[in-house]
Amino acid sequence: MKLAQRVDNLNKKSRDIIGGSLWLAPSLLGVAAFYIIPFFIVMYYAFIDNPIRGNFVFLDNFIALFQNRAFIQASTNTFTFAITAVPLAVVLSLLIALMLEARIPLRSQFRTFFLSPLMVPVASVVLIWQVLFHPNGAVNELIMLFGATGVDWMLSDHNQLVVVILFLWKNLGFNMILFMAALSNIPREILETADVEGAGPIRKLFYIKMRYLSPTLLFVTIFSLINSFKVFREVYLLTGDYPYEGLYMLQHFMNNVFRFLDYQRLAAAAIVMTIAMVLIIAILFIAEHRFGKDVEE
Amino acid sequence: MYKRRYFGRTGLFILAAVFAVIFLLPTVLTISNSFMTQSEIEANYGMIFESTRPGVGTYVADSVNLKFIPDKVSFDQYITVLFRSPEYLFKFWNSVILVIPIVFLQVGIASFAAYSFTRYKSKFKNIVFFFYIVLMLMPYQVTIVPNYIVAAELGLLGSRWAVIFPGAFAPFSVFLLTKFMRRIPSVLIEAAKLDGASEWHIFTKVCIPQCRSALYSIAILVFIDYWNMVELPIILLADADSQPLSVYLSTINTGEVGVAFAVAVIYMIPPLLLFLHGEEALVEGITHAGSVKG
Repeated sequence: MKLAQRVDNLNKKSRDIIGGSLWLAPSLLGVAAFYIIPFFIVMYYAFIDNPIRGNFVFLDNFIALFQNRAFIQASTNTFTFAITAVPLAVVLSLLIALMLEARIPLRSQFRTFFLSPLMVPVASVVLIWQVLFHPNGAVNELIMLFGATGVDWMLSDHNQLVVVILFLWKNLGFNMILFMAALSNIPREILETADVEGAGPIRKLFYIKMRYLSPTLLFVTIFSLINSFKVFREVYLLTGDYPYEGLYMLQHFMNNVFRFLDYQRLAAAAIVMTIAMVLIIAILFIAEHRFGKDVEE
Repeated sequence: MYKRRYFGRTGLFILAAVFAVIFLLPTVLTISNSFMTQSEIEANYGMIFESTRPGVGTYVADSVNLKFIPDKVSFDQYITVLFRSPEYLFKFWNSVILVIPIVFLQVGIASFAAYSFTRYKSKFKNIVFFFYIVLMLMPYQVTIVPNYIVAAELGLLGSRWAVIFPGAFAPFSVFLLTKFMRRIPSVLIEAAKLDGASEWHIFTKVCIPQCRSALYSIAILVFIDYWNMVELPIILLADADSQPLSVYLSTINTGEVGVAFAVAVIYMIPPLLLFLHGEEALVEGITHAGSVKG
């Protein structure tokens, strides 16, 4: 009896494994073919001198990479952009969500307006960006109205700012939706109790809402960070292959290496970036695990 | 929120309105400028497009007039784009034949995978799922190298399949759809099972109908992401003729400035239509993407 049951369980288990694998197969095979297996080839390329000779050179490719001025420049720029844009993207979208949470008129229309840039292809608005931030463009005219001198936006150190604005314009809506959902999940009773006990809006924000928002906060940070690494798209559409120094991103570096098909450098760069990304993701996940805990139901 | 005390709701409303204007301005300006005549555009912005690129930075224009309302509403640009210069429509078509297969393949493949992650659990599955999340978070500058190597190996470089395949297997949809499927009440599935339904039957008759709005919202998110794509095509499709319009639009030069706005508007029509139709589904989709647990 017991044995029969066990055999039955085992059968069910193996059936589950086979069945489950069949459903997963199309996706997993594709991911293996287009991402995982070639990634091992990338790893191999990273440690050899060239694909034809195939001599093992240990860390030479990595050392060469870190001595490459363009790579250092691109990493610095990508990093600088992330630490400027991501906090802004998180804080501003939270403020917008809080603003819409206060029952102002036309709330759902505002939500639509703020979300709409998500749907507009960047390629379609870069023209307007170029018009706005031209040395003789509208933004400079506005600045000069207030007595300041105009700036050559795209060809000076201010060009990161132009891209930050484009990035925020595009991404705030997405983050806002996430925060709005999280805000609406805060139990009303707690906020009402706080009202009765005379807590002001600031207190309520920092002592109650922020605690409930912390998982979302981290998720939004992760997503914004990931998006900030994709900002090459905006830069490329605004300025093309060879932007001014401050906007030379890691993807630009990769594109230029692709042009010469320098497999060793490509592979080493891909490995270094993978390690950096895995570290960043791990840190964020651990942080999420730590701080997300106390509000889980 | 301090402001609320001083200004109350009116203050917040005004603030929201200011934000709304900023958010809508670029889109509205693009649309309104598309109804100007080509000569009006050239007169207003003619010099811009050369000078934004370093090295060519000689500014000849003494002023750039940003205009909201055309002097005379005209369909001049649209007529040129639609009837006189077929290259834009070709590029638009390139976008369509790249993006549509990616959307259908990615969502289709993901629905099987998500079903697997939802219905059959094992340690191996958890590891695979975690791996999918990590892969999803990888930026293009990392994934493009393996993508390129496979495409070169299979002789796909330059063909649109070099872009479609990596897109079709990208794990974003799998991640999101799994989150949705895990919310389907297990009672429904158990009931179907008791009635003797096969797995295929449960999948097609229980799971998919339950996920209809999820599938729609994921399809929208995938569509807008790839409609906007730049990284994959510029590396995997070296040929300028096969580039999608998202890439081609940025290479528009001074001679074509007169029609650029109309092309830009035509390019934003499909995602905007999807947005108007599916906004609720989209919002729901984003909300679920952010519900961290599960």
